[in-house]
Amino acid sequence: MARLLLHRLGGLLTTLFLSSIVIYGSLYLAPGSPENVIFGSRTPSAAARAAVRHRLHLDQPLPVRYWDWLTGVLHGDLGTSMVTGQPVADRVGAGLGTTLLLVLMTMLLVVLFGLAMGLTAALLPGRVDGAVNALTSVSVTVPSFVASALLISVFAVKLGWFPASGLGQGFGGKVDGLVLPAVALAVLSCGFLARVTRNAVRDQLEREHVQTALVRGLPRAVVLRSHVLRNALPPIVTAVGLLTAGTFASTLVVESAFAVPGIGQLTIQSVAQKDFPVVQAVALLLVAAFVVCNAASDLIQAVVDPRLREAGSTS
Amino acid sequence: MTAPLLELSGLTVDVATEDGGSRTLLDGVDLSLAPGEALGLVGESGSGKSMTMRAVTRLLPRAASASGSIRFEGADVLGMNAGELRRYRDGGVGLVFQDPRAHINPTRRIGAFLTEALVRNRGVGRREALARAAAVLAEVGIDDPQRRLGQYPHEVSGGMLQRVMIASVLLAEPRLILADEPTTALDVTIQREVVAILDRLRRERGMGMVFITHDLDLALAVCGRVAVMYAGRIVELRSADTLHERAAHPYTLGLLGSRPSIDARAERLSAIPGRPVSAFESGPGCAFAPRCSFATAGCESEPPAPTEFDGGLVRCARVEEIHAARMEAKA
Repeated sequence: MARLLLHRLGGLLTTLFLSSIVIYGSLYLAPGSPENVIFGSRTPSAAARAAVRHRLHLDQPLPVRYWDWLTGVLHGDLGTSMVTGQPVADRVGAGLGTTLLLVLMTMLLVVLFGLAMGLTAALLPGRVDGAVNALTSVSVTVPSFVASALLISVFAVKLGWFPASGLGQGFGGKVDGLVLPAVALAVLSCGFLARVTRNAVRDQLEREHVQTALVRGLPRAVVLRSHVLRNALPPIVTAVGLLTAGTFASTLVVESAFAVPGIGQLTIQSVAQKDFPVVQAVALLLVAAFVVCNAASDLIQAVVDPRLREAGSTS
Repeated sequence: MTAPLLELSGLTVDVATEDGGSRTLLDGVDLSLAPGEALGLVGESGSGKSMTMRAVTRLLPRAASASGSIRFEGADVLGMNAGELRRYRDGGVGLVFQDPRAHINPTRRIGAFLTEALVRNRGVGRREALARAAAVLAEVGIDDPQRRLGQYPHEVSGGMLQRVMIASVLLAEPRLILADEPTTALDVTIQREVVAILDRLRRERGMGMVFITHDLDLALAVCGRVAVMYAGRIVELRSADTLHERAAHPYTLGLLGSRPSIDARAERLSAIPGRPVSAFESGPGCAFAPRCSFATAGCESEPPAPTEFDGGLVRCARVEEIHAARMEAKA
C-alpha cells in the first residue's frame, strides 16, 4: 500500500512537471507577444518596447524564463498580472475558494442523486429501472450551458428563487448563488453516475459470492451493504474521480453563464486579455485538479479492493 | 424409522422463457434423507442435480419457480417467510459450492468471511468468533490458521480456499450439508484430501449430506445411497454397496461402463452414444430412450413409472428383461 502511494505520488509530480512545460511553452507559441497586450493599440518606440521586454524578461531565452517561472512557482510566487499588476496568487486565491465550493456542491448533488437513482434502478428491475433509464438517457445529453440557460429562465427569472447572476453576501449568500450553477453542472454527471452505479450493482448482484452470503442466512441489508455495494465501489469511485476532474473544467462555462467570480471566470477573462501569468497559473491548477482526482480515486479503489494494491509495482 | 431430515416429493422446477413459455428443468423429484445420512446425487451436466440443490436452499434464478414440496425437519421450505428462510439457511442447511474462488467475496479477509454469519446472525462477539474460526481452520487441516484469517482469498490456493469454504459451513453447525461438486475445481491430488476432510468432519458431527457430483466413484466412496439423475428426473436410487453389481437402469449401466478400470482389459472405454438432454427437450416417453440400446417403441411414447427393483428404485419399463438378459450373459 505504501509502495502504491509512493508510486502514485511520483506519477502525480511527473505529470505536473511535464504539463507545466507544455503550458508555459504553448502560451509563447500562441500568436501575439505579451508586450503587445500592455501597449494595447498604441505603437511604442523601440526604446520603450525594449524596456518593457526587459522588465518582463522577454529578452532572455525561453528555457531561462521557464526556469525562473518554475522556481518562482515552487516558492509560491506565481508572478504578477500583466493587466492589473496584482500578484497572480492573489487573483487566483480570490476565486479558488468559490470554485472549490461550487465543485463540492456539484459533486455532493451528483453523488447523492446519481447513487440514489443508480441503486433504485439496479434493485428494482422492470418498470422503475426503465423509468430511471429514460431519465438518465435525457440527462446525459444535456450539456451544462444548456442546463444553465434553462435554469436561469425558470428558477431565476420566472420563479425568482435564486439569483440569476453573481453571489450574495457572506457564506449563506455564496451558497445561495451557487445552487443553480451547481445544478447546471450536476445534471449531466448525475445521469452518468447513475448508469455506472446501476451497471456495477447489477453486475455484483449476479455474482456467486453474493449467493454465498444469501445462502448463509445473512439479512438482505447486510448482503447489500457488505457484499454488493462494497464490491461495486471501484467503478463508481473511478467515475466520481473523473467527473470531479471534469467539473473543474466545466466551471469555465458555467461560471461565465452565472457571473460567478471563480477560477473559471478568471480563466476566460485572462485568456481574452492575454494575461499570460494568470492563464499559466490557472491552467496548472486545472491540471493539478485532474491528477489529484485521479490519484485519489486510484487510492480509494486500492483500499476497497485488495487485489488492486499490488498494481502499482507492476505498471 | 426416524423422521426424515429432508424430504422432497414431486419437486418440479419450471423456468419462464423470453417468449412467454416455460421449460421444465426438474420433473417430479422424490427423495428422502435421514438425519446423519449421506446421499450422492449423480448425473451429467444439465441433469438437474444443481437445480435440485438450488431449490432446496431456495436459491433459484428469478425466472424459475418451484412446485411440489420440500420439507426440512417437517417444515415446508417453499412456504417459509423471509425470517424463517434466514433461520433455515443459517443453521439448518449449509452449502459447499463448486468454485470457492467465485463464491467467496474477494475483497474481504478470510477471517471476515468465516465470522460474518456468526457475528451477524447469532450475536457472537468478534473475538470469540475469530477464535472459533481458527479452531475450525485447524480441523480442516490448515496450518497457521491465525495468519490465514488475516489473508485475502487471492493470496491462498484453490485447495485451501475450498477448505475455508468447508470450514465456514462447519462453523454454522448445520444439520444438513449440500456439497455441489466441491472438488471439481481442484487438482486431482487435492480432491481426495478435501473429500476425506468433508466426510470425516460430517460423520463426527452427525450431519446429513447431499453430495452432488458427476463422478460416480466419488459418490460411492462417501455416500450410503446414490441417486442417479437424468433429464430432471431420478432414474435410479440404490444403496452404494450394491450399485456396482446390481445397477439396473441402462443409464447407470452406461455410466459404470464409461469409467476406466484397472483390471478390465477393454481396448476402449464404452461411451454412452448421443448427448445428454434437459428435461424440456425430452419427448413424452422415457428421456433416455433416444440414447438407450434397449429402447423399444413403447419407451418413446410412455413415461416409465418408478418401480421397486432389487432393493432400489428404478425408472425403466424394461428393467426386468434387461436384468434377466445380463444375468444370462454373465452365466
